[in-house]
Order: sequence, then C-alpha cells, then structure tokens
Amino acid sequence: MANLSVQGLGKQFGAHSVLRGVDLTVASGSLAAILGRSGSGKTTLLRLLCGFERADTGTIQVNGHVISGPGLHVPAEDRRIGYVPQEGALFPYLSVADNIVFGLPRAQRRARHRVQELLELVGLPASYADRPPQALSGGEQQRVALARALAPAPALILLDEPFSALDAALRVETRQAVAAALATAGATALLVTHDQAEALSMGEQVAVLWDGQLIQVANPETLYRTPVSPELASFVGDAVLLPGMADQGYVTCALGRLPIAKAAMSGGGAGAVSVLLRPEQMRLAAGFEHAEVKGRVLDVDFYGHDACVRLALVGAADPLSASVIVTARVPGHTTPRPGDEVAIVVEGEAVTYPASGR
Amino acid sequence: MAMTQAVQPVIRPATQPTTPARHVTVRGRASFWLFGAAACVALLVLLPLAFTLRQALGFGAANAAELVFRPIVGELALNTLMIVAAATVTSAIVGAAAAWFVERTHLPGRKIWAVLAAAPLAVPPFITSYAWVSFSESLQDFNGALLVVTTAYYPLIYLPVAAALRGMDPALEETARSLGLGPWTRFFRVVLPQLKPALLGGMLLVALGTLSEFGAFALLRFRTFTTEIYAEYRLSFDGSGASMLASILMLLCLVCLALEFRVRGLSRYDRMDRGARRAPARYHLGWGKWPVLASFAGLTLVTLGMPLGMIVYWLLQHGDAAITPVEVSLPLVLDATLSSVGLGLAGAALTTVLALPLGLLLARHPGRIATLLERIVYLAQGLPGIVIALAIVSLAIQALRPLYQSAALLVVAYAILFLPLALVSVRAALLQVEPRLEDAARSLGLNRWQTLWRVVLPLAGPGLGCAAALVFISVMTELTATLLLAPIGTQTLAMQVWADTAALAFAAAAPYAAILVGFSLISTWLLMSLFGKTAVLGATS
Repeated sequence: MANLSVQGLGKQFGAHSVLRGVDLTVASGSLAAILGRSGSGKTTLLRLLCGFERADTGTIQVNGHVISGPGLHVPAEDRRIGYVPQEGALFPYLSVADNIVFGLPRAQRRARHRVQELLELVGLPASYADRPPQALSGGEQQRVALARALAPAPALILLDEPFSALDAALRVETRQAVAAALATAGATALLVTHDQAEALSMGEQVAVLWDGQLIQVANPETLYRTPVSPELASFVGDAVLLPGMADQGYVTCALGRLPIAKAAMSGGGAGAVSVLLRPEQMRLAAGFEHAEVKGRVLDVDFYGHDACVRLALVGAADPLSASVIVTARVPGHTTPRPGDEVAIVVEGEAVTYPASGR
Repeated sequence: MAMTQAVQPVIRPATQPTTPARHVTVRGRASFWLFGAAACVALLVLLPLAFTLRQALGFGAANAAELVFRPIVGELALNTLMIVAAATVTSAIVGAAAAWFVERTHLPGRKIWAVLAAAPLAVPPFITSYAWVSFSESLQDFNGALLVVTTAYYPLIYLPVAAALRGMDPALEETARSLGLGPWTRFFRVVLPQLKPALLGGMLLVALGTLSEFGAFALLRFRTFTTEIYAEYRLSFDGSGASMLASILMLLCLVCLALEFRVRGLSRYDRMDRGARRAPARYHLGWGKWPVLASFAGLTLVTLGMPLGMIVYWLLQHGDAAITPVEVSLPLVLDATLSSVGLGLAGAALTTVLALPLGLLLARHPGRIATLLERIVYLAQGLPGIVIALAIVSLAIQALRPLYQSAALLVVAYAILFLPLALVSVRAALLQVEPRLEDAARSLGLNRWQTLWRVVLPLAGPGLGCAAALVFISVMTELTATLLLAPIGTQTLAMQVWADTAALAFAAAAPYAAILVGFSLISTWLLMSLFGKTAVLGATS
C-alpha cells in the first residue's frame, strides 16, 4: 500500500469552478476522510483521483508516481486504485464470488482466488460466495463491494459515501466491519462522506472540503475541538456561539469567564470575539441559589441516553446575558423539566474567533 | 398477427403475481359479473386456439402424419426457420448497434436518429414489401424477404436495447474501470451481460413477428407456413392441410412467446434498483463519426426513404406506367378509406370494451384468477393472424353459417388479435384511478355516477382513448385476417394494396399505400406526443 499526495488540484465544469487548489497527503496504511456538504466538490475530487474525470490543474501522485498532472492522465483502468461506489454497485448478473474476483486475471477468476479469505476479511460467512447480490442486505452488498475492490490489491482504496444508503443500525455495524477490514488489509483508504459522525469516527485524519477548497485537515479531535471557523464548528457538530471579550487567555461572555483553548489562541488575541462552546460542555445543576450563571429551561429534546436542553439565561446583572439562549447536552437521567431554573457550569475551554459583523 | 406489429409490437403484461400491490387496495370480492365477463373474454381468445387444435387432433394420427410429412412441409419448415433465424440475427446486429451509437456516443443528431430508428415500426411490412417489389422484381425470395423483415422488425431490438443502455448504472462500468478493465473488456464483461435480457427478449419478438408475417412474404413470393396456409385455404375450403400447418405454426409461435415470458422474468430478477442515477457516460467518436453517420443515413434510406419514396414515385406516375396499367379511381379510393376507417372504429370500440372487465379485474382485484385470465389473453400474441382467421372461417362455416363473411365476424377477429394490445393500456388507465380517490370523492358527497363522471373518467379516459387509438391503427394496417374474413364486396386500403401489388399494378396501389402509411405514421406520432413514448411502445422503450 502506498501514500497519496495531491497538490494544487483544480477542476472546472464550464464556468463553474468545482475544486480549487486542493492539497492533501494521506500516509501509507492510514484512513483519511473527506468531509463536505453535498455540492462541496467531494465527489468530483474522488472522480479525479479514480481517473473518471480529468483534472484541469495540479498533480496526483501515488507512491511517488505521478498519475495525473500537466499533460498526463493515466486512465482509470491503469491506476490500480480501488473504488467502492455508493450502494455498492455489484454486478447484478454475477454471484458474490464472481463479483469479488471480477478484477483478477482469468486464471485467478477461474480458481476463485482468495474469495474465502476476502469474505472473511469483510466479515461475511463463506457460504455467501454463491449467492446472487440481490439476496444480500444493503450493508452486506457494501462489504462485498469492498472485498471486490481489495481483491486486486490496489495501491489505494476510495470509498464514495459507502454507508449513506444504510439505515442507522446497519450503518454503525457496516462502518465497523469496513474499518476493521481496511485495517487488517493495511490499506491506504480515502473515505468521502457528508456525515460528520462517520468522518470523525472513521478517519484518522479528516479533511473538510468547503466550496471546492480544503479548509481544514486535522485529526478528528482537533477538528471537533478547534475548527477553523464558526461555520465549520456548526457543521462538524452542535455549537453554542456567543459574543465575548477576550483578554490574556480568558474570555468573558454570558456564561462567565472561561479559559481559551491554547490551540485556538492565535486567532483571538484581545478584544471582541465570537466564543465557541459545545453543548456537552455545559453542566446543569439544580439548587445552587448563588450560582454565577443561571438559566430557565425553555424546552427539552429527550433522546433517552441524553437530551438537548434549551435554556434562557436569567438573573445575571451582566447586560451581555440578557435574552441569550444556549443549548446544553445532558445525560438522560439528569434531564430537567421545562420551566426549571438551573445553574449552568461550563467545563473545559472555549474557542474564540475574531468577532465578525454578526 | 403480422400487422399487429405495425404499431404496438410488444405487449407486455404488467401484472406479475410478485408485483407489490402499490395502487391496489383490495376491497372485498370482485362481483360475480366482473369475473364472468372477464372469463368470457378469455374464452373468446381461447376459441380459435382450441378450435385449431381440435381440428388437428380430429384427423387421426395416420392422416396427420400424412399431412405433416409431405415434402412441401419440409421445404416450408426450412424456409420458415431460415428466414426466422436470419431475420433475428440481422435485426439483433442492426438494432443493437444502432442503440449503442445513439445511447452511448456523442453521435451528432442522435435525437433524430433515435426517432428514425424506431419509425419503421409504423410502416406495415407488406407496404415495405410493395415498395421493394415495385422497385425491382429481382428483389424476391429469400434476400428480399430478409431485407423487408429486418426493416420492419429491427426496431423491436433497437427499442429495448436502447432502454437497457439508458437505464444502465454507470457505477458498474466505473467500478470495472477501477478494477483495470479496458473499453473492450468492459463492453463484453459489463455492458453485454446487462443487455442480455433486452436483446434475447427482442430477438424472440422478432422471431415471433417473422413466423406470423404473411403479407410481406406473399408479395415477395417467398413461401413460408403462413403463405402456404393461405394458398391451401384458397384451394380447398375444408382446410385440413391448412389447419395442420396452422397448428404447427401456432406451436412454434407459442414456444417463442413462452421463451419471451421466461426471459422477461429473468430480467426482472437480474435488476437491482438503486436510487438516483447519473446518465451513463458517452464515448467520443472522433473521426469515426463519419462512417457511423453514413451508416445511419443508409439505414434510414433503406428502411424509411425507400418505402416512402417508392409510394411517392408511383403516386406521381400515370396508371399505365406500371407493369399492369390500372387507372386510379377516386371513388374507389374513397370507398376503401371509408371501409378501413369504419372497420377500424368498430374494431377499436369492441376491443376496448372487451378489455374493460379484465382490466378492471386486474386493477382492482389482482389475484390468481385475474393473472390466469390475463395470461390467456396474452396468448393471442402467439396466434398468427392467419391462424385466428382460419379458425374463425372454419368455425363460421361449421357452426355459425349466417355470420360467415359478415363484417361482425371480422370485427370479432380483430378484437381477438388486438386484445393484448388494448389490455395493456386499459389496465394502466384504470390503475390511474386509485380507489382512494374514489373514496375521497364519495366522502365529499358525490354519488356513484358523479364519481364516475368527475373522477374516474378524467383519470382513465385518456388511457382508454389511447388503447382505442392503438387498436384503430392496428386494424387499419391489418391485412391477413381482413383478406380471409372481409365480406364480399368490401375493399379496405390494405386489401387494395395487396390486390393491386399482386396484379403488378403498382401505380394503382400507391394512393392506398400512401393513405395507409399516412394514417399510421401520423396517428402514431400524435399518440406519442399526447401520451409519451411508453404508452405507445409499451415496456420496450
């Protein structure tokens, strides 16, 4: 398996620029996720990597070999890049085994080379080999598609929203099976998705594609904790954004005086800022008469294991807190009722952004 | 059923027992009368089939063997099988190649080529035959026959293959590319396997059409089972030889029909439904587009330009320019047109009415009995027009003497021939009327008749009209049953083309042919623009 290196990749469709200056490196044997909204250009990026479309600018290298660059376009069939399309796209007229060996030379196809091994790798029973793909569930089809892509031992595997068509329960299970199979195979893989939970849980590295540009490439924790913009913060998770004043490593806002995360300091400095907190950083507690910050529960979305509580801040003298509404995510068993007045304590650090004109 | 093919070639039953009952709320049991009426219609279709078999079985083994094992039967069998095999293969090559270039390349003008490739279906084969015969007498026998049937039937391959190519999931080919397959291997290992059901199904329909074809072969003096059945029927009205041959032909056709059913069943299984799809990628032809364009131009010239051109040519000639000089008489043309239109209207009305009970049963009370009755009606597709006509003639002579050579009997024959055609549209039209809508209307205070008038008719009316129009066109262009069953003194457009061509009076035949083709082309075009391609061409497109 090999590393992937993309430099300055760009693509236009007519006058519309879909990708601009994309730089990305994926280390050998690692799994990276490309996260983006629909229309952000992530499918185009994937099709450029596969070779289904031709890039306008930039180079693509796999293991040091240029496969796409100025005046060079290695056709898809010569790239040795495995592709797992949306919903699997198994050949409907072939059995599971014939699908898996599809990309192998004739002699190996006859011998059903490594079919058992690959089925086991993706977590399917050996008895599936002779089944028609129609007899498989969506998740199983997806796993066979992965086995088919892995069979010729490609340099790189690309997965195009492989779990988006599956229902919630199956999605988690299939995600784990695919991650395990890729790890066992030691494959270098790139997963394209619009689902932030999927990107965060699967990617060792997550690259966010925004309007045709990569705006942040980071490990999942860094991306979630310190996103580069408030918009991105809201995209990768629920966000509480408040105005505040920064000063010497601390920020003062409606929720009190909070430490600023070290990694995010460079953006803030001193003065008016936007403050980012995650709802799960809020702790709610009843019965603190003299708590610094208090809120009245407006409404509750109860999910069982946890709940989202919307609160209106009350009582504080600080004019900043007037009519501020925040969301807290609390464990299900500590959920307050609408109308309750509770103390709000913020855990951990805040992230600040230069105040925009909002 | 040669001429049935002229407009609505492929009649596909839409119900399968496995179809999820999306529209259907089964509400109570169908009334006794509905079942009864539908069953009577099915029996009507079974009548000629049963009668033909009964006659064949009535001969006794020795007689039958004597009738079957004649040298002439061997020769006919060879002729028939050769033309069927050759027509099927050439149609498959021409149809599939045309479909691939239209659907998968950047061929200039491909939207026009797509229409032109399907258009020959609207030209009855005996008209094409007339054009070639009047062009050169040397174009007879096998080669002429092959040319005419391929012209007439290659759209039966083109349409389903083009639809299959359009519906193909591009992700499959892309996956194959990512697995290292080049363009040719992709075609053979990914595209062709997916085309197999469409291609095989289309080939069987071509075989069915060729087996049933009568007019085109008779005019080209190419002898097959159908032409021989006609000749023997002319010789002796007792028709023992003819009905023996008819039985053999019917069995061959039913085998084709059964295989076609099977292929269609398999194709349903082979498909995997996926969500939204991109359109499949198209290839750039580069310089290759010139020979391809020339081929399409050549194809259009041969399949459409030639028949239409010859009709125009003969229209412009004086009656005595043909081998047999016959003056064109305007009253006769008018008379034939009126006969054709009259029979067409009567046939359309009866067929649509007969299709209603079964259509209603299928739409509202699907189940085993409904499916069985539907299958029986679709058997009519496997009955060549000449077989049905012959059975009805014998039946009339033996049992219904007063009806023999009456217009009524001819209209009944049309109804049997074209019931499958009407049933598809009628059923689809009635499915448009969801019971929920009727319930809603009733809950808003409309009574049964108001509901019929204000809900059912607006929804189902256009579809029923479409069914009637399709039958009308088919009746207009029908030749075989008309020849055998038309009342004495009645001359239709098709019969006039036939008679004048047989007499080599090509100029005299031209106005009839022109009116016929004009009716067929214009009404097909009108129907397509009103109801969309699928309504007219069935599931093929």
